[in-house]
Amino acid sequence: MVPKVVYEFFDELGMISYFGWRFFKEGIKPRYEFREMIRQCYYVGYKSLGLVALTAFIMGLVITIQSRPTLVEFGAEDWLPKMVSVSLVREIAPVITALICAGKVGSGMSAELGAMKVTEQIDAMDVSGTNPFKYLVVTRVFATTFMVPLLVILADAISLYGGYLGCNIRGVVSWQLYWNQVYETLSYGDVLPSIIKTFFFGYAIGVIGCFKGYYTDKGTEGVGKSANAAVVLSSVMVFIIDLIAVQIIDILNLT
Amino acid sequence: MESDKKTTLSELVNENNVQRNDLAISIKHLHKSFGNNQVLKDFNLEVKSGESVAVIGKSGSGKSVLIKCVIGLIKFEQGQIHVLGKNVSKLNSMELDVLRIKVAFLFQSNALYDSMTVRENLEFPLRRHLTETKKEEVDALVIEALTNVGLAHTIDMMPSELSGGMRKRVALARTLIMKPEIILYDEPTTGLDPITAKEISHLIVEIQKKYNTSSIIISHDLSCVKITADKVVMLINGKNYAEGKFEELSKSDDDKIKNFYI
Repeated sequence: MVPKVVYEFFDELGMISYFGWRFFKEGIKPRYEFREMIRQCYYVGYKSLGLVALTAFIMGLVITIQSRPTLVEFGAEDWLPKMVSVSLVREIAPVITALICAGKVGSGMSAELGAMKVTEQIDAMDVSGTNPFKYLVVTRVFATTFMVPLLVILADAISLYGGYLGCNIRGVVSWQLYWNQVYETLSYGDVLPSIIKTFFFGYAIGVIGCFKGYYTDKGTEGVGKSANAAVVLSSVMVFIIDLIAVQIIDILNLT
Repeated sequence: MESDKKTTLSELVNENNVQRNDLAISIKHLHKSFGNNQVLKDFNLEVKSGESVAVIGKSGSGKSVLIKCVIGLIKFEQGQIHVLGKNVSKLNSMELDVLRIKVAFLFQSNALYDSMTVRENLEFPLRRHLTETKKEEVDALVIEALTNVGLAHTIDMMPSELSGGMRKRVALARTLIMKPEIILYDEPTTGLDPITAKEISHLIVEIQKKYNTSSIIISHDLSCVKITADKVVMLINGKNYAEGKFEELSKSDDDKIKNFYI
């Protein structure tokens, strides 16, 4: 006899997988909701810019300040820009940006769709001859899949700038020297895999956020629970995808 | 190669327009259950073209489920529902979309899109089905629908800025925008004060006369039923327990019927 928890886990996993597959199935068929897609890209991308930029700047600054004493101890202070740039671009900026998006965008999508579900707005869309999955889900998943990588590129740049300021708090590193060291250290093998994995981060955040909202029940209480579950599940998923990506990069010896 | 196969939306709409039927809705031997709870058991109903039928019953008796089955929002286990001559359970999603142009649904909660203005709420179904219509024509249709419910001045307001009665009127305007042949009303007066409820009931009758629509009105507000319905169907234990004119049923000696009229 399979325990209920295990059954429910696999049941939900199956439903989310089907939901994610349905995005491609419905997404390739016309009619294409370009206007709504652009609106969602604006909300996911532009409306998250400030938060992502601020956290990226602080990340770069803090990582640099925290790493400095250890490198000084080993007489490797000169390596600070190299070490900071690799850790920021490969791992910290993509993961932290994805987690911020999971919290801000994923929960927002889940709450919005959940509220639409319990107030019968999704049914209203259905009876007006509009495919609600295409209009609400495909557009949002598309937006997260393509906006999260753009936000990560921005976060990479701003966090590296934060790293430059961090280097200059206790030491003196010229602008040119700092960026020379960063460019010397970083290769396409560092940048490209870390950008590619963010498409998967964005896709997972969109699918999970929309899934939790789309299947909300139990009224307004259910909306809160769905938003909460969306953040938790998509954050965990970001780490799982990151783990898989790191293994693949390592096996393929891309770095 | 099936060259004559109806595949495009416009072809299906044209075909739908050609087929008219004196019987707007026909429900035969409808069965619907949720788990062990059998909500509808062998339910039967006929709505003639231009007729307004009220379905009354206790809360949880399956009234809303019934009209959601009619519009294809809920799948049923057994029975047949024909709407404007089309067997609802046999339609594919595109055919169902075409049928839904002719059948409007007024939700109990109004279901206005929160993120859109009143204008955008009304334009939403228009822009999806009348894709080649000019902006001026769309504007005219929106204003006409809002004028019908006396709310033309709210066109650029958000739903959150409207009162409960105004939201209901806007929702009614949205159901009218596609000029439907059938309107399904789910508790149209619930949550409204008696005066506003009466106004909405009279508005439903006005619309009925103006557009010659057929309708099913789900309600447990007897004053609304009295004003709007040509025929009343009493839903008890999943079946149509009694059927007739409002006045006929009000004179019935049956205890179950009398309970509703107390």
